[in-house]
Amino acid sequence: MKMNAASKIYTALILAFLYLPIAVLIFFSFNEANSTSVFTGFSLQWYRELFADRETLKTLYNTLIIAVLSSAIATVIGTAAAVGIQSLGKWSKKLVMGVTNLPLMNPDIVTGVAMMLLFVFIMGLFGGTEILGFWTILIAHVTFNLPYVILSVNPKLRQLDPHLVEAAQDLGCPGRKAFFKVVLPNIMPGIVTGFIMAFTLSIDDFVISYFVSGPSFQTLPLRIYAMTKRRVEPSINALSTLIFVVVLVLLIIINVRQATDEKKLKKNIISAKNAGTK
Amino acid sequence: MSDNNIIDLKNITVEYDGEQVLKGLDLSIRDGEFVTLLGPSGCGKTTTLRIIGGFVEPDSGDVFFDGQRINGVQPYRRQVSTIFQRYALFPHLNVYENIAFGLRVKKVPEKELKVRVREAIELVGLRGFEKRHIDTLSGGQQQRVAIARSLVTRPKVLLLDEPLAALDLKLRKDMQVELKNIQKTLGITFIFVTHDQEEALSMSDTVIVMDKGVIQQIGTPQDIYNEPVNAFVADFIGESNIVDGVMLRDGLVRFAGQSIPCVDKGFEKNEPVDVVIRPEDIDVVEKGKSPLSGTVDSVTFKGVHYEAIVDVDGFKWMIQTTDLIREGEEIGILLNPDDIHVMKKSEYSGMFGDYSSFSDEMDTISQPDYDPEGESLPAEDEE
Repeated sequence: MKMNAASKIYTALILAFLYLPIAVLIFFSFNEANSTSVFTGFSLQWYRELFADRETLKTLYNTLIIAVLSSAIATVIGTAAAVGIQSLGKWSKKLVMGVTNLPLMNPDIVTGVAMMLLFVFIMGLFGGTEILGFWTILIAHVTFNLPYVILSVNPKLRQLDPHLVEAAQDLGCPGRKAFFKVVLPNIMPGIVTGFIMAFTLSIDDFVISYFVSGPSFQTLPLRIYAMTKRRVEPSINALSTLIFVVVLVLLIIINVRQATDEKKLKKNIISAKNAGTK
Repeated sequence: MSDNNIIDLKNITVEYDGEQVLKGLDLSIRDGEFVTLLGPSGCGKTTTLRIIGGFVEPDSGDVFFDGQRINGVQPYRRQVSTIFQRYALFPHLNVYENIAFGLRVKKVPEKELKVRVREAIELVGLRGFEKRHIDTLSGGQQQRVAIARSLVTRPKVLLLDEPLAALDLKLRKDMQVELKNIQKTLGITFIFVTHDQEEALSMSDTVIVMDKGVIQQIGTPQDIYNEPVNAFVADFIGESNIVDGVMLRDGLVRFAGQSIPCVDKGFEKNEPVDVVIRPEDIDVVEKGKSPLSGTVDSVTFKGVHYEAIVDVDGFKWMIQTTDLIREGEEIGILLNPDDIHVMKKSEYSGMFGDYSSFSDEMDTISQPDYDPEGESLPAEDEE
C-alpha cells in the first residue's frame, strides 16, 4: 500500500504519541545527572543505584514470585476449566464462556475495589486480623489471569478431533492416561501462550494489586507508584525501562509463537494438498 | 450362541434424548468374517459399531465377545480396534509413533515393538513415510496409518466406521480391494459400516441391512440382492421396480393386470404381495410377444446400456436394456419366472420402487434438511 504525505505524518504522530514518553523515559534512565530535564552524559549509575536499593529489589522479588505462582496456578485451573467447558452442551458452553469473558471487559478498578471489599468482609469474619498481603494479591492475580488462559487454550481444544481420546482408549489407554498422552500434547501451545500472557499481566498489574495489597507485601508497580509520590528519582526511570523491556520481550514471544503456529498450519495444509494430488 | 461366534449382541436397545436408536437388536458375527452394516444415515449402524467398541453402553441388552459378556468393559480392555471416520490420528506424533502408540501404551519391549511396527508399515505399504508428520499425508495415506495403528495391536476384530467416505472415487475403489486383501491375509473379523450399497456388496461375506434401528435383513451379498425381504432392502440395494401384486398360488403371481409364472412359493392363497423386478432382468421384445407391455416415457444412454422409464399399466418401470428403444414406442416386456421376486407386504410397501418421480435421490436433495456430505448423521454422531 502506498502512503501519501498526509497519512505518513498522521502515522508518525500516532507512533510519537505512543512511544515518545517511553523513549524519553529510557533516554533519561541513562542520564548522568540527577535531572529529568537536562541530559549531561551517558551513565549506568541509576541502574547501579537501583540494584543497591534493598527495598526495590525485595518488591521485584515479590512481583516475580506472584507472577510465577499466579500464572502457574491460573494455567492449571484455566486448562482444566477449558477442557471442562469444551465437553459442555452448546448452550451451557455459551453461558460459561460469557461468564468467563466478563472479567476481561470489567474495568480493573471495579475488579480491584470488588476484591478489596470481599477481602475486607472476610477479614471482618475473622475478627479484623490483617489479611491483605501476599495471599490476597495471589488470589486476585490468579482470578484476573484465569480468563486469559481459558481463552488461549479453548481454540486449541476446538481444533482437536473429538475422536482422538476415543482412539487412544481404543489402543489401550485408560481415560485419564489418554488425556495426558493425546490431548495435553496437542493443546500445549495454547497452554504455554496462556501462561506467558498471564505472567505478563501479573508483572505489570497495578490497579488491582493496589486495592488488595497491604503494608506487609508490596509489588514492584506499587513501589514505583509510592516512589513517585515522594520525589521522582531517576532510578525509577531505570526500573521502568527494565519492566518495559521484560514485558516487551514476553509480548514478542507470544506474537512469534502465534505467527509460527499459523505458518506451520498453512504449510501443512499446502503440503497435504500436494501429497493428495500425487 | 454357536462356538465360532466372535460377537453376539442380544436384544440391544439404545436411546438418545428419548428417541430409540436401536430397538431390540440381535446380531451374531462369526469369527474371521467380513461383515458390513449397511443402511442410510441414522439407521443405527454407527451406534451398533460403537457398542462393540465400548464407546456406547446399551440401555438394555447384552454384548458378548467370544462368549464372554463384556457390558461395561472399558474400550481399552477390549480386543477390538476402531478405524474412525476421520481417522483420529494423533497430530503431535509422526507416522511411526502413531503406529507404535498402542504398543508403547502396553509397554511392549522396544525390540518387539520395532519388528511389529515395521510389519504393520509394510502391510499397508507406507515404507519410507515413517518420519513424516501426519498433517503432510494425503487422505489415502492417513487412512493407511489408521489401519496400521489399529492392526499393530493385533485386535481380534477390526471395526471400520465409514473409513472410505472421505476418499475420492478412484482411491476408494483401490482401498476396497486393499482392505479386503488385508482381511483375507490376517483372517481376523472386519465389521465395516457404510451407507454405500455397492461397497457393501463388493467387499462383504455377510451384509446386514439396517433401517430405523432395526435389522431388516442379514445375508450374503447375493441373497440380499436377489432375495430382498422387503421393499426397503430391495430399493436400498440397487435399482428395483416394486409393484403391487397378488399371489394366486405357488408359482403364479398376478400384477400389472397379468398373471405371470414365478418361482416363489410359501404364500397364502390370494395373499397381497410386493413384486420386485430388477431393471436389468427385463427383456424388451416386440409388442404382442409378451402379455406385459408398456409405453416408453424416456430413454437415457448410460454407456453399458440404455435406461428407460416405461409406463406399464399406469406404473413407471425402470428398464435397463442394450436394445435401442425410442421414446413413445410401445414395447413388450418379457419376464422369466426367476426374474420375479415376490416379497411379503411390510411397513415399507408402497414407499419405494416407483419411478414416476424419478430417483429418490432427487427427493432427498430437494428436501430442505438435505446434507450433501451425509456427515451430520442425526442421533448417531451426536453424543
